[in-house]
Amino acid sequence: MAVASDVPKDSFRLSMLIYDTRYRSITIQVFVLILFALFVAWLLNNTAENLATRGKEFNFGFLWQRAGYDIGQQLIPYTNDSNHFRALLVGLVNTLVVAIIGCVLATVIGVVVGVLRLSNNWLIGRLMTVYVEMFRNVPLLLWILLSYVILSETTPQPRDFRITDEMAAAGEAPAASMILWDTVAVTNRGTNIPSPLFDRGLGSLDLGFLSVNLTALAYILVIGGSIWVNSRIIAAARARQEATGDRPVTWWKTLAVLFGPVIALSVGLGLHMEVPALTGFNFQGGILVAHSFTALVIALALYTAAFIAEIVRAGILAISRGQSEAAFALGLRPGRTMNLIILPQALRVIIPPLISQYLNLTKNTSLGIAVSYLDLRGTLGGITLNQTGRELECMLLMMLIYLTISLIISAVMNFYNSSVQIKAR
Amino acid sequence: MAPINFVRNEMLAPSAPPVREAGAVKWLRENLFSGVFNTILTLVGIYVIYSIIVAALPWWLNSVWNAGSLSECREIVAAQAGEGATGACWAMIRERWHQFIFGFYPSELYWRPVLAFGLLVAALAPVLFGGQKRNLTMILAVVAAFLLVTLWMAGAPLVVFVLSMAVVLGMIAVAQAGSGKLLWFTALYPALCFWLLWGGSIWLPVVAMLGFVVLGVAYLALVGRTSPMTAAGVGVVLALAWWFILDKPLTEALFAALPWGIEAVASDQFGGFLLAITIGVTAIGFSLPIGILLALGRQSDMLIVKTLCVGFIEFIRGVPLITLLFTASLLLQYFLPPGTNFDIILRVIILVTLFAAAYLAEVIRGGLAALPSGQYEAADALGLDYWRAQRLIILPQALKISIPSIVSTFIGLFKDTTLVAFVGLMDPLKGVTQIVRADINWKGIYWEPYIFVGAIFFVICFGMSRYSMHLERKLKTDHR
Repeated sequence: MAVASDVPKDSFRLSMLIYDTRYRSITIQVFVLILFALFVAWLLNNTAENLATRGKEFNFGFLWQRAGYDIGQQLIPYTNDSNHFRALLVGLVNTLVVAIIGCVLATVIGVVVGVLRLSNNWLIGRLMTVYVEMFRNVPLLLWILLSYVILSETTPQPRDFRITDEMAAAGEAPAASMILWDTVAVTNRGTNIPSPLFDRGLGSLDLGFLSVNLTALAYILVIGGSIWVNSRIIAAARARQEATGDRPVTWWKTLAVLFGPVIALSVGLGLHMEVPALTGFNFQGGILVAHSFTALVIALALYTAAFIAEIVRAGILAISRGQSEAAFALGLRPGRTMNLIILPQALRVIIPPLISQYLNLTKNTSLGIAVSYLDLRGTLGGITLNQTGRELECMLLMMLIYLTISLIISAVMNFYNSSVQIKAR
Repeated sequence: MAPINFVRNEMLAPSAPPVREAGAVKWLRENLFSGVFNTILTLVGIYVIYSIIVAALPWWLNSVWNAGSLSECREIVAAQAGEGATGACWAMIRERWHQFIFGFYPSELYWRPVLAFGLLVAALAPVLFGGQKRNLTMILAVVAAFLLVTLWMAGAPLVVFVLSMAVVLGMIAVAQAGSGKLLWFTALYPALCFWLLWGGSIWLPVVAMLGFVVLGVAYLALVGRTSPMTAAGVGVVLALAWWFILDKPLTEALFAALPWGIEAVASDQFGGFLLAITIGVTAIGFSLPIGILLALGRQSDMLIVKTLCVGFIEFIRGVPLITLLFTASLLLQYFLPPGTNFDIILRVIILVTLFAAAYLAEVIRGGLAALPSGQYEAADALGLDYWRAQRLIILPQALKISIPSIVSTFIGLFKDTTLVAFVGLMDPLKGVTQIVRADINWKGIYWEPYIFVGAIFFVICFGMSRYSMHLERKLKTDHR
């Protein structure tokens, strides 16, 4: 058999580029690359021509011009005198706030619903199935619009909260009342919630264009420090258990370390809550949370939670029964079986789809435009775009920012995912 | 031998199980009250159901179907059920349902979308239920009945009536002989649907479809002489030449010679579920093949092809659909040669298709990765080339594994068609509902339109997910 020597080594013919599998893939790739380069050149050429005919140029200088519009919800300082870049940052922060709160809420609701759907309780199981199917099969936009409309059209006006002297004399209650021990008022203008105030706040430090709130920084440092100390305590307890076999009691140390410093800091800074109160025609004091924000968070959380519930259910079902039986046979209690056997295995199944749900939720925050929530899409891709007429720059920048957020989320979650996957040895 | 004092010589009848261990009581104890925690859950559940019923039942029972405005509705409810009672005002749906379904499509032409929808079901049936003669016949019969009623209600011309009946009945006859040939109707359907919905010259879809004939003829003529890939490549180049160079003059010449056509309907008259279904079905149809190609590209050994596919998929998946739709409405005018301006619905369909294709590619890649490598090796060992191996061995298995995820991507796509509202198209949810709610007569109505639209979406999406479960069971060949 002279198979190997049949292959001609040095006689290269042009037709081998197509018929010889050794060269064909190179031919195809070069061909594809040329096509792609031509396509990109065509796009760039068209864009340049179109920009020229419209008399526009491609630069991002407009970002430093005065924005001139107001943003309802601003978590970093902003006035209509700030520039467009500042407006972009405010929008970005608004997007991230909705995304983070939405992800946390959706995870909590989703896990609870997913577990309850598996419970032995027939009634609860059916109820949860109805919830999941209802939210999964109806567009998210409907939930956003519906919750916004309900919040802004069925809630009472601020004046309904007022008690006039006659009503007080007659012992009548006002048409509407505040909820949660008279601290939160839901009106048709928004939700008034108490705001934390500090008698002896630390002020803020101005670093050029960024100003750092020292009070918030102090809280972050203290809480971070507490968590670090707590993890040391747990590690010490575990080391002791490994060495001697008995586990020291740590729960009271954990409680003290986690809550003590924060409480001390709050007392030291003079933390108190300013409760909104009806003065004149509107509520004063506290923070006014716009209904667009509330509706967006509620709708996103409930919608995504339905998907997460299915993921959690599938993850738990994927662990075979033998695993928990084996754990019981080893003498583990149900709690430890869950912690040590079921959960680590279920997480492996749950986390990858969970990542994509978080990504979906983050991208879906852009639907806030339906209820005029000024997120990144509303500021950079909405008002700024319309005012400056820079479609190309605004859209490209916006896509780039969304892409970056998505990539960061998936990188972080993939890192976490790789830490719970099976370690192949 | 000791005397036997007592021997029972007949069987005792078995005694009834304890009350707590049988029947309804046992079921209740096991399923609702098996412990303290479960009992609390059950009570909470009962309370939730009770409060929903208390809030919603009178509202449903007091429904008003005949009224001209919301205030009139409220007066009728107050007269019927007393002051302070709530009631649904379905009169709004009764007055405006056609806008929710058709948008601003001319009402005397409603028979066209209706016919297109009926034929859509007929065209999908051979794909979805191929080989199941009974199901196929049943669905076609339902289509015939549906068209009979709706075309009559929409006031279609007699000739349309007769033609469409002939088509569907002919399909039933073909289905009896063997369902494979019905796929030709499915292949022709896109052109037919386009013509029915947008109207205009009949030559536009005919000449466009001829491009595929050019492709097929070129492929068949060359495939014996060169490799299939070269033949396909030449065919595609010829077809593209047909579409870009010959298509337009030929259409105009034919129309000048034979001015056959029906009344044209502009894209801005489309709306409601007509728009959602048009975009959704087209995008679903086109995204699957593109998604498969992207998935294969991502799995391929060729570095450049792989990089391009990965870049495309990750870019599309990383940005929200809204930004892509805005690209369609704002940026495409920059990227295309000056002076090009094509229909907004078409632009949106292209972007939605690409969006869905990227998601499908990831889903199918999961299916490809889940196949044991022995399958690939076996295909190689049989001497199959790449495309044969994919077509005969790999893809059938990979697609089967990914059916549930493919269908959920489709469901997501259909739900996402509502987002076209943001580029000024009239989707059923935001577009039409906004118009209705802006009407002075119906100002302040909110539950009714959202329940109506939501219910239709629910039926369609839930139906799709049930179908995927059916398909999964049907294709399940492993023995577990």
